[in-house]
Amino acid sequence: MTRHFFGDTGTLLGRSLRHITRSMDTIITTTVMPIMFMLLFVYVFGGAIQSGSDSYVTYLLPGILLITVASGISYTAYRLFLDMQSGIFERFQSMPIARSAVLWAHVLTSLVANLISLVVVVVVALIMGFRSSAGIGAWLGVAGLVMLFTLALTWLAVIPGLTAKTIDGASAFSYPLVFLPFLSSAFVPTDTMPGPVRAFAENQPVTSIVNTIRDLFAQQPVGGEVWVAVAWCAGLLVVAYAFAMTTYRRRIS
Amino acid sequence: MIRVQALEKSYKDLKVLRGVDFEVARGSIFALLGSNGAGKTTVVRILSTLLTADAGSAGVNGFDVAAQAARVRESISLTGQFAAVDEILTGRENLVLVARLRHLKDPRKIADDLLDRFSLTDAGGRKVATYSGGMRRRLDIAMSLIGDPPVIFLDEPTTGLDPEARIEVWQAVRELAARGTTVLLTTQYLDEAEHLADRIAILHEGRIIVNGTLAELKQLLPPAKVEYVEKQPTLEDVFLTLVGKDKR
Ligand SMILES: Nc1ncnc2c1ncn2[C@@H]1O[C@H](COP(=O)(O)OP(=O)(O)OP(=O)(O)O)[C@@H](O)[C@H]1O
Ligand SMILES: [Mg+2]
Repeated sequence: MTRHFFGDTGTLLGRSLRHITRSMDTIITTTVMPIMFMLLFVYVFGGAIQSGSDSYVTYLLPGILLITVASGISYTAYRLFLDMQSGIFERFQSMPIARSAVLWAHVLTSLVANLISLVVVVVVALIMGFRSSAGIGAWLGVAGLVMLFTLALTWLAVIPGLTAKTIDGASAFSYPLVFLPFLSSAFVPTDTMPGPVRAFAENQPVTSIVNTIRDLFAQQPVGGEVWVAVAWCAGLLVVAYAFAMTTYRRRIS
Repeated sequence: MIRVQALEKSYKDLKVLRGVDFEVARGSIFALLGSNGAGKTTVVRILSTLLTADAGSAGVNGFDVAAQAARVRESISLTGQFAAVDEILTGRENLVLVARLRHLKDPRKIADDLLDRFSLTDAGGRKVATYSGGMRRRLDIAMSLIGDPPVIFLDEPTTGLDPEARIEVWQAVRELAARGTTVLLTTQYLDEAEHLADRIAILHEGRIIVNGTLAELKQLLPPAKVEYVEKQPTLEDVFLTLVGKDKR
């Protein structure tokens, strides 16, 4: 049964990757909103924002990357929901395959799809003047942290994918996640915010992740904040995974 | 080959199965009849390990559906009531996918053979989203035949097919049984059961109210009256009398 876990996951991953390559528009769609935010903030609000950095787009990019992921994972919920609806999910479940392979294939597909969107967004940022002196090590650090964040949010997205009653329900859960970077250090420094908002902003996961990525891009020492960021992502991952698996077991029993 | 004993299942307050018993012999075709909502799909879903029963037991190919679900899944194949195909892949890709998931050698050849057998060769390279309902159903059934499992469940396999496609499916089902595959099918079409099944059972109000060969079922009604023309009761007459509906 679990003997075939890797083979089955690979086969099903091939299937969902085909879905992605045949509907590249879904990936482009997920990059539209973060790119619009980037244009709006850099060219409309940017002149008035005191970010304390030379290039506002460079300041902004870490938060935009997280928004990209938050909007990208709603497609994972959407694709999973479609599988549940179409009966193909039940066909897989009635076959002698490793049962969790069905979920893992969707999760890995989400990583690939988000990576493509992130690359698109970074290219647009480069065109808009984003510059980083970061070396290969720092870039790998950024990639690792963003992928960990993606993995955690993807497992979170699995839950509505399995339980939603409607297509809108399957993707609506990501709206608050897209909003979270606005209440963080992603767009403006937190010390301009009033007390309670500032307290929230400084202690929510996005701020530590954004600050860490910003330091990595700027070739600054990352300090203790990187562990806060990793701890948030790892903690969220463990909790989301546990809930998703429980939901899944309940769905297939 | 399939053994169902005292099976019960409720959805919240709705008691759907209230003690269902039947057996299906190896290599035979068993038809489960019932009105809309009688619980046919529920029985099929329990037998294919997608749903757990509240009480009673069910065994397939000697394995218990609850305790040995993985072994049951190795023994069966399911064609659900609604075609379970991947719309974005082509017909051929769908077949290759299932062959891979069943860990078979040479998935491409398997796919090509089945496309040919179900007259889908020309459409094999097209996205399933462009298929007609009947083509989708044929592909769906072809996907279920991959790997020659000893037991096949077909939940209303010919609903929505044109007469020609229906006969193709009937032919495929007969071939399966001739090769020793055990087939459990549900249907709304009484003539389908009449033409195809070795044994027929009627599920009504949560129980199997009759179970027998066509000849046995026909004897349940008073013998044909000799009037001007002798008219044998059709299976439809038997069905409608037993479930207590007037003949239309
Ligand atoms: N998941 C569910 N939750 C609640 N009720 C359900 C569920 N699935 C089925 N039912 C109910 O159980 C009853 C039996 O349904 P089932 O699908 O087994 O019938 P069926 O004999 O296959 O009908 P049909 O001929 O229409 O396919 C119906 O009244 C249906 O509404
Ligand atoms: Mg049904």
